[in-house]
Amino acid sequence: MKKTYNINEKGYYGEFGGAYIPEMLYPNVEELRQNYLKIMAEPSFQEEFNALLKDYVGRPSPLYFAKRLSEKYNTKIYLKREDLNHTGAHKINNTIGQILMAKRLGKNRIIAETGAGQHGVATATVCALMGIECIVYMGEIDIARQAPNVARMKMLGATVVPALSGSRTLKDATNEAIRDWINNPVDTHYIIGSVVGPHPYPDMVAKFQAVVSEEIKRQLLEKEGTEDPTYLVACVGGGSNAAGTYYHYLDNEAVNIIAVEAAGLGVDSGESAATSVLGKEGIIHGSKTLLMQTHDGQITEPYSISAGLDYPGVGPMHANLYKTGRAEFIAITDDDAMKAGLDLCKLEGIIPAIESSHALAVFEHKIFKPDDIVVLNLSGRGDKDLQNYIDYFKL
Amino acid sequence: MNRINQKLEEDKKLLSIYFTAGYPNINDTVSVIENLEKSGVDMIEIGLPFSDPLADGPTIQSSSTKALHNGMTSERLFEQLKDVRKTVSIPLIIMGYFNPMLQYGVEEFCKKCQEVGIDGLIIPDLPVDVYNDNYKSIFEKYGLINVFLITPQTSEERIRFIDSISKGFIYMVSSASVTGSQSGFGAIQTNYFERIAEMKLKNPQIVGFGISNNETFTQATKHAKGAIIGSAFVKHLTTNGVDNIEDFVNTIL
Ligand SMILES: Cc1ncc(COP(=O)(O)O)c(C=O)c1O
Repeated sequence: MKKTYNINEKGYYGEFGGAYIPEMLYPNVEELRQNYLKIMAEPSFQEEFNALLKDYVGRPSPLYFAKRLSEKYNTKIYLKREDLNHTGAHKINNTIGQILMAKRLGKNRIIAETGAGQHGVATATVCALMGIECIVYMGEIDIARQAPNVARMKMLGATVVPALSGSRTLKDATNEAIRDWINNPVDTHYIIGSVVGPHPYPDMVAKFQAVVSEEIKRQLLEKEGTEDPTYLVACVGGGSNAAGTYYHYLDNEAVNIIAVEAAGLGVDSGESAATSVLGKEGIIHGSKTLLMQTHDGQITEPYSISAGLDYPGVGPMHANLYKTGRAEFIAITDDDAMKAGLDLCKLEGIIPAIESSHALAVFEHKIFKPDDIVVLNLSGRGDKDLQNYIDYFKL
Repeated sequence: MNRINQKLEEDKKLLSIYFTAGYPNINDTVSVIENLEKSGVDMIEIGLPFSDPLADGPTIQSSSTKALHNGMTSERLFEQLKDVRKTVSIPLIIMGYFNPMLQYGVEEFCKKCQEVGIDGLIIPDLPVDVYNDNYKSIFEKYGLINVFLITPQTSEERIRFIDSISKGFIYMVSSASVTGSQSGFGAIQTNYFERIAEMKLKNPQIVGFGISNNETFTQATKHAKGAIIGSAFVKHLTTNGVDNIEDFVNTIL
């Protein structure tokens, strides 16, 4: 069999993935597993998905040649402008796909988890669009630090339920969403926000985000006469914008892959979210992957200034890219990310999300050649992070 | 013969109690076990606490958080249980999530279980097929019975399959829920209990989730071999500590 970095028929990327779920979740997850590929292949699904991506999300997102940034680093930098999507990030690609999936599965109640609130907003948005009930679980601590997104979700008609257990952040919100699904096994679909969770979620979310690399190929061919960049760069929280960026290039090893994780205050500081370096193989939210944990197998709480990168695990696709060496993993600190973010504002007139700023910081950490073509996923815009930027730069 | 199988042969309805190891205090584990046996409990599920217990409601989760805070670990639990078989003879089962076992090393974990006298394991997030393909031989080598769950949503075909690979009893989750979220059984549960009874499975069934008093225990064991109480007992421990365990058990039986 041909070697692939994509998922195998058992739901694994190499040794990572699978569905380590309690029996209570089995019927839900199995129903999805048996149907998702079939549903996605239906012409009517494709048609509706593509139409919404075009007219509602605003796709294709531009592939923008960042001239001044390229001059500064003496290389060719293209930004894939996911920040220009409706709701301000790549997250909507997935929620559009999943809401259409939920409808075809006959579900009339949607649940989601959110950390920073980006995925929560993207989910509340598509639920409003379809007139479906939406419940978003969010850690109590995150609710306090992401007030504008909480308000957005409420305006969009969603119910935001605080996760009061454990560390009261993203991982606990995910636990609460999973518990809700256990308690509501028939009418509810769980829209997971990244390429994490039990199979088939990582694959399904990657396939919905794959539109990103599909467009990159086309757009780059037009601009550079080749579909293949020298490097692809994306930040990795759970890994969905990265999975979308890499998807159509996974098995094309002429294209180098760079995954950027959040180092927080520094990889060895004890306040970090650099899962590949600090994590060990284990099971989180139903997936075998790399995760940050104690010696005894208790999941630990990560830290990053960016709420969207603040997850103790990483999607199984990325665990495999790390383990096999297919991707180069770079960890970027809060400080370096914030500087790179401000730099982009000044050089290109674009205010990036702090998650995306982590990806942008690679140019200070790695020297690219003048004729390298570097395509970087600018996964989101910085509006949601304004307070963070204000506090950090004393604006 | 494994103590679980022996116990299942007794001509009575079985009461099994779950509690979280290292809760309320780190060194309460063995004294809870001893008191439960003295009070007439038939079987005990020792909860190995986990930071992210997906299948559990707030009561068991907060007891787990407290136990971890108290310093409970897999290693510590095995140390505490080192001499438990000198005083306790009823079946002991460890219930825990898979990640801590994976980090301990599945084989090493099973070996330790056998050394201290554990009879079986309940691991909600270790799927049946993964167990069958990768871990069955290890569990069997150390004489451990792995207990699988079924729920009202489990298909008949899958129940038959689970029955075919089970070696002790089947853990029948009473409703589509996490632990501790039910109060009382309605027609849906009664129908489900009857449906399963009519399947005439090879393995006896023990009902768990939502059992908190004599009424629910009696309802659950009308057809099933026994019932498991978790959250209600953990709540008792929260209020009373290790005292008066017998009073709690007396309210059930
Ligand atoms: C703008 C943006 N980028 C990246 C991420 C990280 O998620 P993922 O790794 O799934 O792309 C988030 C998550 O909230 C985000 O909002």
